[in-house]
Parts: sequence; C-alpha cells; structure tokens
Amino acid sequence: MSTAQFREQVEELKQRYPDGRSAIMGALHLAQARHDGWLPPEALEEVADAMDLTPAYVQSVASFYDMYHLTPVGRHSIEACTNLSCALVGAKEVVDALEQELGVPPGETTEDGAISFRLVECAGGCGYAPVVIVDRRYREPVHAADVPALVEEIRGR
Amino acid sequence: MAVELTVLEGADERDLTKLDEYRAIGGYEQLEQARAMTPEQLIDAISSAKLRGRGGAGFPMGRKMSLVPPPDKRRSPAYVVANADESEPGAFKDREIMRRVPHRFLEGCLIAAHGIQSQHVFIYIRGEYLAEYEVLSAAVEEARAAGVFGDCDVIVHRGAGAYICGEESALLDSLEGKRGQPRPRPPFPPVTGLYGGPTLVNNVQTIASVPAILELGVERYTQIGTPEAPGTVVFSLSGNINKPGNYELPLGTTLRELIFEHGHGVSEGRALKAIIPGGSSVPVFTPDQIDVPLDFDSVQAAGSFLGSAAVIVVDDRACMVQLGLRAEKFYMHESCGKCTPCREGTRWLVQLLERIEAGDGSQGDLDLLRNVCDRILGKSLCALGDFAVYCVASYVDKFYDEFKRHVDEGGCPFGGASSLEGIQAPSDHHTHEHLALVPA
Repeated sequence: MSTAQFREQVEELKQRYPDGRSAIMGALHLAQARHDGWLPPEALEEVADAMDLTPAYVQSVASFYDMYHLTPVGRHSIEACTNLSCALVGAKEVVDALEQELGVPPGETTEDGAISFRLVECAGGCGYAPVVIVDRRYREPVHAADVPALVEEIRGR
Repeated sequence: MAVELTVLEGADERDLTKLDEYRAIGGYEQLEQARAMTPEQLIDAISSAKLRGRGGAGFPMGRKMSLVPPPDKRRSPAYVVANADESEPGAFKDREIMRRVPHRFLEGCLIAAHGIQSQHVFIYIRGEYLAEYEVLSAAVEEARAAGVFGDCDVIVHRGAGAYICGEESALLDSLEGKRGQPRPRPPFPPVTGLYGGPTLVNNVQTIASVPAILELGVERYTQIGTPEAPGTVVFSLSGNINKPGNYELPLGTTLRELIFEHGHGVSEGRALKAIIPGGSSVPVFTPDQIDVPLDFDSVQAAGSFLGSAAVIVVDDRACMVQLGLRAEKFYMHESCGKCTPCREGTRWLVQLLERIEAGDGSQGDLDLLRNVCDRILGKSLCALGDFAVYCVASYVDKFYDEFKRHVDEGGCPFGGASSLEGIQAPSDHHTHEHLALVPA
C-alpha cells in the first residue's frame, strides 16, 4: 500500500463517521499493517497527518490499546491466552512448550526475527481452551502436544 | 422437551450467515413488523417482555430506550451502539452469535434504531474477533445491498484490545477516537452519549433477543424463563468441565442442570470446588450453591451476579490464592489508570497475593488485603475497580482457611501441585515497575 493509497483509505474511513476522529483506530490498524506489524514513529506521523491530529495525540491513543505495537515485532505472531479458563485446562503447559520450541520466553521475538511470542488476556475462546492465536487467527484448542507441529507450520510460512 | 431458542434458533439447521437462508426462516420480517409499529408501541413490547441486558448489568432494555428523548427534544442525532467488545474472562457467547446469526443481530439493531428513532447504528467489535468481524461485515454488506437498512446505516467499528472498552462510557470515548476511559455519570448515555447525542448502548445478545419478542409475541416470549426474567440466555460454560461450550437455555436454569446435564459434569471425575457464575468479575459460588437458578435476581440473592452468564467451573486441584492472583493480574493489566483506587489498588492486591502465595505473607497481609478491597470498592468511575474486588474478596471470604494456611504454613499447601501453579500473565512481562509498593 502506497502512502497515497493509505491516505485515501483513511479519508474513506473518516467519511463514515459524524466526527472524522473516530477513524483513528482504523487508521492505526491500516498503518500497522503497512509497517511490518508495528507502529514506528513515522507510522504515527503518517496517521497524524492523515487525521489532522498531532503525533503526540496519536501516540497517546495507540499506547492505550494492546493490539497496537510500539516496538518491532516478528514477521509472525503467536499469542497464548493464560486467563482463568485457559489456565485451568493446561495453558501453562502450552506456554512452556511454546517457549521450548521457539527458544524465547513470552514477550520476546525469536532471534531470526521470525516469530513474536506473547501472552494475552482472555481472547474469548474459553469453551475451546487453551486458546492460541497465530497471525491473528484463533486456534482452538491447542494442547502442549500440538505445539511442535504448530511452530513448524509457522516457520514454513 | 426441546429448549425453545430465541437467539441461536435455526443456526444448527441452516447457514444463517446468508441473507437468503435467514429470510427463509422469516428473517427481517420482525423488522417490517416493528417499522409498522410506533416507537412507543415497540418500546412497550420490549418493556413488557422484561428484556434485561445480557452484557453484565442486567438493565431493562425497554427502560433504557424510553430514557432517550424524542426527536423534537434532541439537540443532536441519536445513536444505537451495539457493544460487541466481549472481553469478560469466561464469556464467548457474543462471538458465537455474531458468527452464526449475524443477521438476527443486525435485525435487532435496526429494530432498536426504529424504537429510538435513530438512523445510525455502530457496532463496536473487539479487535481480536477478526473472523467474526469478517462474517459480520459480509452480512452488513449483503443486507445493505438488499435495501434492508432503509434510511438507517450500520457501521462496524473494530476495537484494538482493551477490556475497559466493554464498559459503555469507555466504549463511547474509544469510538470517538480517544483513549478508552470511562466518563463520569450522570449524564448517562441515553441522554448524552456518542458525540454528545442520545445513545442507546446494548450488548449483542440483548439486541439479538429482540426479534424473537416480536416473532413470538410478548405473551409467548414471557412464558420462556421465569416470570421476572423471561427469555433465554446463552451460557458460556468453561473451565474444568467435560463438555464446555455455549448453551442457550431459559433463564432460571439451575447451575446443577447446566454443569451436570449439559456440561456432563466436572472433568476427570474430580470434585467441584468453586463455580464462577457470571464471568471472572463476580463473587464465587461454592458447591453447596449448585441449585441456584441462573437468573438475575436468584443469583443476586445468593450473593453474586449473573453478569455475562459466563460460568467457569473450578475443580479441587486449583489453589484459590493462585486463582485470585491470576484474576487480579488481569484487572491490574486492564485498569485504564484514570481513577487512583483502581489503578493503585489492583497493583497492591497483586503484590499482597504474590506475597501470600510465596509464603511470605502474614496475618497482617490478609487483613490488609481485605482493607485494600474496601478502599477500592465503589470508589471509581466505572465498575472495573469493583470487579477487581468482587472476585478476590469472595475467594478470601469463602476459602479463608486456604488463604490462612498459606500464611500459617509459610507456603502454598498444594506444594506445587495446583492446576494453576506457575501460570503467567501478560502483565508479568511489562517493563514498567509497579507504580507504588504497598506500604510496609
């Protein structure tokens, strides 16, 4: 997506709302998608320009939400839920298996920059626990024994 | 006898994500019926059906609608906002409703819009629900193209990961392009809501329940459930249970029926230890409360809340201090930071629970834990602070001996064998330090 296309899409989003500022979340999702999955300072500036807001304001919004990343992320993401329902049925074993396979603890990215691994709060898959989200798509359930094949699949992407 | 469904009806037999299929079972006919009624008649029907909010607070939808001023008394347009930011730990019902019966949900949105004479519907869906966003957006496009919307439009707005945005006033700020932080009230959203206009905010399931009221008629609808709480609820059943999942059942169904008949009992034949009846934010039940009927008033009379009807089953392998600690880390992570009692208090509770679990706690820490709870409860703009207290305070009260043993024995009595041993939370990896330590 070129900068011109990005601006055009943000403009379109702004038209949907009685107040264009409502488009900021959509604009941040778009900006993140075209900046390798995170929001470097230049992405925040782009959003600010397109939204006619200050970069500081854009950062204050972006930093509030869990799905906007203000530090670099890997090409792929693995997110494991460890909230109550997942925790009760083996989320710890899943997290341990992921750490073992990936070679990094939660909160970090593999050395080759391929996969970011993090924990998330309740993803809303409690009846299909433990829940793992791979590149924003839910996998339910994922047990510790499923982890090696899952990681191999992602590495092959 | 088969359970009469009102929300997920027909989804097992047909692909109701398609407009044709939904129309084949009478879909959008209730919208026609509603539009032939005056807004007052429609609000009367919803009030007479005693439809109460399914998102957590249980507020009567009809009364909420009647609080919206009529068009000649408005200074700005009115809005319908569907709260699809489902994030309560244990709840996954709205997700299923949007994925399987998106048109029934949309039909409910449009009926509600007619009721408050609004031309603008916003659906705020949590950012993580990508697949559901796609299904819902496709349904919106199909319905819009078919001319179902009339002079109304529906905008689907994606969130970006914040539990607090399920709180209606925080949701409105978020939808306006701000950080999602709760607003002081009054004024309440039906008077001053989105962009300062009168706004009806309702949960997905509440809205998806509306078409059935018109389809069945108030009299038949109110025969489902209990006289004071008619209708069905989609119960999200999870935790240590043989058959977890969503079960749409009449209000008033007992926990025993839900857990032992529908859920086939506690997994691996373990003993039931605790039941969280309405999502992680509500006070816990003990096994002797298994016969409590799951409706708003009965659950409240028994000391808890139906909340979002997310039932989490906990078996005897779980350490309640660890359960409380994991729950509290969630509230600490999700506290928006606006109100000091909630922001600081949740951090203090986490530190106290960590100390007790590690065996470094004293009787004074147990007392302080309760004291901190008292200092959070009712002292913040929204209910998140209260939620952070309801759960942990109830674990301490109902499992006091277990907490006490941690102190007296200088460690966890489970000796590493608890099902929650070593569970981590996202907040464990944050780089920031606790803002303030619990005073010594």
